[in-house]
Amino acid sequence: MKLFLATLLASTAVFSAALAGETLDKVKARGSLVCGVSEGIAGFSAPDSTGTWAGMDVDFCHALSAAILGDATKVTFKPLTAQNRFTALQSGEVDILSRVTTYTLTRDTALGLDFGAVLFYDGQGFMVPAKLNITSARELDGATICMQTGTTNELNVADFFRSIGKPFSPLAIEDVNELNNAFFNSGRCDVYTGDTSGLAAWRSSLAQNKDDYVILPELISKEPLAAAMRHGDQQFGDIVRWVGFALIEAEEKGITQANADEMKSSADPTVQALLGVSPGLGKALGLDEAWALNAIKAVGNYGEIFERNVGAKTPLGLQRGTNALWNKGGLIYAPPAR
Amino acid sequence: MSHPAENKPAAGLFESLAALLRDRTVRRWVFQLAVTLSLVSFIGLLVAIAAGNLARQGIATGYGFLTGEARFEISESVIAYSAANSYGRALLVGFLNTLKVSLVAIVLATVIGTAVGIARLSSNRLLAGVAGAYVEGLRNIPLLLQLSFWYGLLTVTLPVPRAALNPVEGVYLSNRGVVLPMLEPHAAFGYAGICLAFGAAIAVLLNRLAARRQERTGRRTVIAPAVLFVLFVPVLAAWYFGGAPAALDMPRLQGFNFVGGVRLSPEFAALLFGLTAYSATFIAETVRGGIEAVSAGQSEAGRSLGLRPGLVMRLIILPQAIRMIIPPITSQYLNMTKNSSLGVAIAYPDLVAVGNVTMNQTGQAIEVVSIFMIVYLTISLAISGFMNWYNHRMALVTR
Ligand SMILES: N[C@@H](CCC(=O)N[C@@H](CS)C(=O)NCC(=O)O)C(=O)O
Repeated sequence: MKLFLATLLASTAVFSAALAGETLDKVKARGSLVCGVSEGIAGFSAPDSTGTWAGMDVDFCHALSAAILGDATKVTFKPLTAQNRFTALQSGEVDILSRVTTYTLTRDTALGLDFGAVLFYDGQGFMVPAKLNITSARELDGATICMQTGTTNELNVADFFRSIGKPFSPLAIEDVNELNNAFFNSGRCDVYTGDTSGLAAWRSSLAQNKDDYVILPELISKEPLAAAMRHGDQQFGDIVRWVGFALIEAEEKGITQANADEMKSSADPTVQALLGVSPGLGKALGLDEAWALNAIKAVGNYGEIFERNVGAKTPLGLQRGTNALWNKGGLIYAPPAR
Repeated sequence: MSHPAENKPAAGLFESLAALLRDRTVRRWVFQLAVTLSLVSFIGLLVAIAAGNLARQGIATGYGFLTGEARFEISESVIAYSAANSYGRALLVGFLNTLKVSLVAIVLATVIGTAVGIARLSSNRLLAGVAGAYVEGLRNIPLLLQLSFWYGLLTVTLPVPRAALNPVEGVYLSNRGVVLPMLEPHAAFGYAGICLAFGAAIAVLLNRLAARRQERTGRRTVIAPAVLFVLFVPVLAAWYFGGAPAALDMPRLQGFNFVGGVRLSPEFAALLFGLTAYSATFIAETVRGGIEAVSAGQSEAGRSLGLRPGLVMRLIILPQAIRMIIPPITSQYLNMTKNSSLGVAIAYPDLVAVGNVTMNQTGQAIEVVSIFMIVYLTISLAISGFMNWYNHRMALVTR
């Protein structure tokens, strides 16, 4: 599969390359958006019992398709492993990657990608069985630590143990089921490392008893998760970035899935511009003026997306914390849509 | 003395060129050259276009990344490796892991496959039946499934390190693999190794001399005692006079895991078992086919000379069968090397696994895939080269 994708990449590298405007034209011609997601991480992108994809990353794809095509349902989801996701994007298999992907310098440059708005501020942590009575990551020397290959996690954990000068036994597994099995079932590894939101997700969906596992307090990295697209297609990049910002702006302005249509009569000029009542923003992006309105009506504002998928009332039960709006003590911030 | 061109003074340049082309060897060379040149320029063109497009997409190109710091750890390695080493060294670690599992699996599968192939032809119904069931059963199950099975078996059924099975003092079996005691390194082992190499060379020489003498005189010289002597006595002497080191590095549980001794990981073991068990079925069939292709008259003749069945097999059938067996077995060895890359699915860090991580972290998919191709091509050529040489040696010597 990987080899196949790489060969595909080699051949598309020969025959095509992302050019400005190309992705948008392709999506419009096809009438649907192909969105690369995970193979099933609860709260971000996972198929439910009926096979319908759900999660924050999934909602963002729906918002994007609503903004571009005026129809939130026109999305084809393509599950990708951490390992093959970038090749799939580079080779044009998917239009966009909305798959718990950390925004890093190397990915932005050498991998030929661009990133949208950061829609989740995460950090890497460690999860251990509670019965080991471990309270700090510094007690983990010599432990066998499982992680997924092709992630930032694989690098961060090596950096962490190098910096504290202690050894550990790594076990990097590509397939996420094999990985979860190694930690939750066989005990092949003592510790599971990954983005803390991911650890919480696996714990909520796989542990028989949530309290059997603890996530240690240390965060060893910054994992700002954002959508990724091919470098070189600036127009599509702008669209992805600003659909993300629009969802954040909507929360700030109190525009919700339910009240979006009523808010069109708001006296606030920012709201009027965002919802396309006073035209201009849509045209600038090369989209319909109702782009943001459609996106918000499809999935709600940023806060609604968060609460519905990973918030306190979901199995993940995450607090807003760093992911609160900038004016509510968090980091979520959108440049002005004007 | 008389050159054709001199005889035909009127021959123009065109005609002599045409004459040249009529020459078969020349014509062949010209065509070969033309095909090669067009292929090379076609590939060159593709590379140029790809490079241009990758640059436009902003994807890094070139092999410079190989010297960059890898910054990821690898779960097992036969050479020293840490995250501070380069991508180049990480790929070397992966390559050596590929070689390690492939070579051991090739040796084991050859031994098991030959035994099973012969067993299938046994007059003992039960033995033949069991061998047949093994072959038909395993070769029809996809290797990937077999690997998952072995891996699951080893990691789920074996206990965690704290409850490790301890069948013999110093040997521990857990879902982290097998740990065994290991002799502490000592200079005397180096000397003993050198003596072993010399002893082996002398043993080979003795065997040659004995064979030559048998050809000349028809009498077989008994060399077994001499061979045993040169193989073992110098080694033992080197060890003894080197200080007779016998200190063992005993594995012991410390914190999460065992330290000391040598460890065989469950990933390696599962890949080795799966690859061996699967490939041995194909080798068994090849061996059976090779033996059956030797005409029945040969074994009848052998038996009427009064040879026991075992000797008939060893002296008459196998030497003839082997010439038919070697070419298909060679391709089986090549398959095994390539199939070892399925170990990615069970976290065995072979060349492909390390290469996948490298391309994911550096974005240099095309370069890494080109390294895969060159390495697998080289391994394949080396195996075929060796097997051709062996085949040549085994070829029927007609006197
Ligand atoms: N944010 C990190 C890691 C993302 C990641 O892939 N995490 C894993 C587990 S912590 C995951 O979500 N896997 C789901 C899957 O493979 O389907 C990155 O971008 O490299």
